[in-house]
Amino acid sequence: MSVVTRTPAPLNRTRISLLEGKARYAPTLATVGLFLAMFAAGAVMYPGFLSGQVFLNLLVDNTFLIVLAVGMTFVILTGGIDLSVGSVVALSMMIAAALLQAGWNPVAVIALVLLTGATFGLLMGLVIQVFEIQPFIVTLAGLFLARGLCYVISVDSITVTDPFFTAMAQARIPLGGRMFISPGVVIALLVVALAFYVLHQTRFGRTVYAIGGGESSALLMGLAVPRTKVLVYGISGLCSAVAGVLFSFYSLSGYSLAATGLELDAIAAVVVGGTLLTGGYGYVLGSLAGVLILGIVQTFISYEGTLSSWWTRIVIGALLLAFILLQKLFSRKVTVT
Amino acid sequence: MNEIVPVVDLRGISIEFPGVKALDGVDLRLFQGEVHALMGENGAGKSTLIKALTGVYAIDSGTITVLGEQHRFAGPAEAQDARISTVYQEVNLCPNLSIEENILLGREPHRRGGIHWKEVRRRARAVLEQLNLGHLDPGSVLSSHSIAIQQLVAIARSVQVDAKVLILDEPTSSLDTEEVQQLFAVIRSLRDNGVAILFVSHFLEQVYEISDRMTVLRNGRLVGEFMTRELPRMSLISKMMGKELDALTELDRSDVRARPDRTDAVPLLLAEKLGRKGSVGNVDIALYEGQILGLAGLLGSGRTETARLLFGADRADQGQLTIRGTAQTLRSPRSAIDHGIAFSSENRKEEGLIGDLSVRDNLVLAMQASQGWLRRIPAPQQDQLTEKFIAALDIRPANKDALIRNLSGGNQQKVLLARWLITNPKLLILDEPTRGIDIGAKTQIQKLISTLAADGMSIIFISAELEEVLRLSDHIAVLKDRRMVADLPNDGVTMEDVMTIIAGSAA
Repeated sequence: MSVVTRTPAPLNRTRISLLEGKARYAPTLATVGLFLAMFAAGAVMYPGFLSGQVFLNLLVDNTFLIVLAVGMTFVILTGGIDLSVGSVVALSMMIAAALLQAGWNPVAVIALVLLTGATFGLLMGLVIQVFEIQPFIVTLAGLFLARGLCYVISVDSITVTDPFFTAMAQARIPLGGRMFISPGVVIALLVVALAFYVLHQTRFGRTVYAIGGGESSALLMGLAVPRTKVLVYGISGLCSAVAGVLFSFYSLSGYSLAATGLELDAIAAVVVGGTLLTGGYGYVLGSLAGVLILGIVQTFISYEGTLSSWWTRIVIGALLLAFILLQKLFSRKVTVT
Repeated sequence: MNEIVPVVDLRGISIEFPGVKALDGVDLRLFQGEVHALMGENGAGKSTLIKALTGVYAIDSGTITVLGEQHRFAGPAEAQDARISTVYQEVNLCPNLSIEENILLGREPHRRGGIHWKEVRRRARAVLEQLNLGHLDPGSVLSSHSIAIQQLVAIARSVQVDAKVLILDEPTSSLDTEEVQQLFAVIRSLRDNGVAILFVSHFLEQVYEISDRMTVLRNGRLVGEFMTRELPRMSLISKMMGKELDALTELDRSDVRARPDRTDAVPLLLAEKLGRKGSVGNVDIALYEGQILGLAGLLGSGRTETARLLFGADRADQGQLTIRGTAQTLRSPRSAIDHGIAFSSENRKEEGLIGDLSVRDNLVLAMQASQGWLRRIPAPQQDQLTEKFIAALDIRPANKDALIRNLSGGNQQKVLLARWLITNPKLLILDEPTRGIDIGAKTQIQKLISTLAADGMSIIFISAELEEVLRLSDHIAVLKDRRMVADLPNDGVTMEDVMTIIAGSAA
């Protein structure tokens, strides 16, 4: 209904920026458009590409990355960054695998893992906020710390044989027409929906955007800036733990070297999804689209068959560069105003 | 005597920063339904007092009483809870969010399941209409609007909280006349609704137009509280400056008579049809030693662009530049500096000064750079030099260890000027050296400029204030639409003459 209200153009509208009005959605729409174009290209090039299951597999194979990207979106929207998420995923998997091996109840294990992840994130957030240290450095320390803790638990890979976890790994939810998804997909999409709700329907979510738009302004407006900044890292830590559990469902093991560099994939997905690294602009649905693009690049490479899997990285690198240049174009228009 | 209880009563407020006593026992009373102007030069303590009242700074001593209740604000949120709202000079809103969100952020109405966006829009629209801003689309992003509109949105935000006290810190500095009137209409209607308004502005005319009462500060101390209509302008100015107004009148035209062109000598700088595509063109300048050339023209007429050409910040692609009789091409600021040209840009905050270093460190930086980095200037010499410039330019506080960021705008400008003077340039280009600083510092800088010229330095002086250009310059170059259109020797040129040239059709 907001589109319908036709008011006379304000006299003082001096400069038009691409991020104003509906054009705010442009970077995210570009991501969605790119995804659709790639899917269409795949359908033309490869027989069997155009099937519902190929699309659904993008979700099935990337549940943990979706959840990570959601947490990362909160952090980046405030203008921060969280480099620890990959290590926290590995740590979550190690804790889960070790405790399950020791015979713990799987529900208690999951609860403990989520608590650990959230606490880890909150502590990093507190350090960032209280001591006014760059998030980059604090979460880099978190990256090393969490990865190191993995080795304290076990140097070797631990196999998960718990019946609940194996059931989750093998469960398939049929969608009709021989299509299916895993329970992890349901969880990941629930996380996306919840994040969307929090970001757009709660005061906390709007404060996240306000901090990205101008932290000192948000402070002077009397918003709960310190609390919000700590909480976004807590959310990112919690999302990392959820991603760790989903990864355990997927891989049925815990391994200290798992999820190495996954934080960079998450950042790439968020940026490709149209969120500005400087904060304030972006949508969690864009991050979902970003993950799907990363996934479809991988699918392409595997369909091609002859290409080495490292081509995935090269293509993602090129895409990332293209999107960052695109963002620069958008944000330059903004800073002129 | 005062049967009416003030809404805000500040008593004996003191705030100290390292090396600076910013406020020393200041009182301030705000009454319901009154516009109260807070007056003072730069560095008088206006901003600090406002920040004390809004909870940004903690006070070292004194009491803050709001509506009969004593407060100690630990942050802006607490001041807002006490119904004190502030609109700062730089708009403190979120440019990435919509107008409606900016108005209601932190106070959004909720319904079951989250923010009630329809109600947000309804309330935003109601406030905007109350302020005669009904034409604005509440859903549009803030950054798509002009600063003036953003400022009005900031006021709308404070109106929306039903503020009892509204503080406006230099709200008019980036508004044009019409926008100022729009703002004043809003201020008056708020005042009539019983809001106590604290208004801070450098523009005397505006203060006299809108305020009922004023408090004058000087050097962090209270000078007094006065009723606006009982205080003539001249005595206000002398109260702000702490001295009689001689300083202002002293520097009249006869004092700075046009120094004759010394046609026998070689001009220090000679520009012939100098220009750069898309920037500025047709610049014809002959500047002799010890002369002041004023650049006059409207905003966007090419004043700064001319300065950048002469400093090599932009490369000229038309015409000819001669320095001391030899043709030169300035490829970069570095080559300009080698020719003894210095350029003090209009953005003193971003260029030139390092806020976290002391006055001495900032001054020595420039000198050290010209000496070469390997030969360290001995400490006694540093101190002596710094003290000399602090005294010469009357930098306040006269403390060489005070941090730059704790200095007021006018004093920062003096330090920046001192930095260039240390390098002993032959030609000093000053772009808006007096903008945004108070009348006292302004007079001092103007006097300094004419003294420097008398000592043989050539100066190019850029200012948006035509009166100032006329008072100081020997020659006036008039720019219009990015071309130089006239070069007038300053022998009885009036503001009308220059304005006629600017208004007239291009030659």
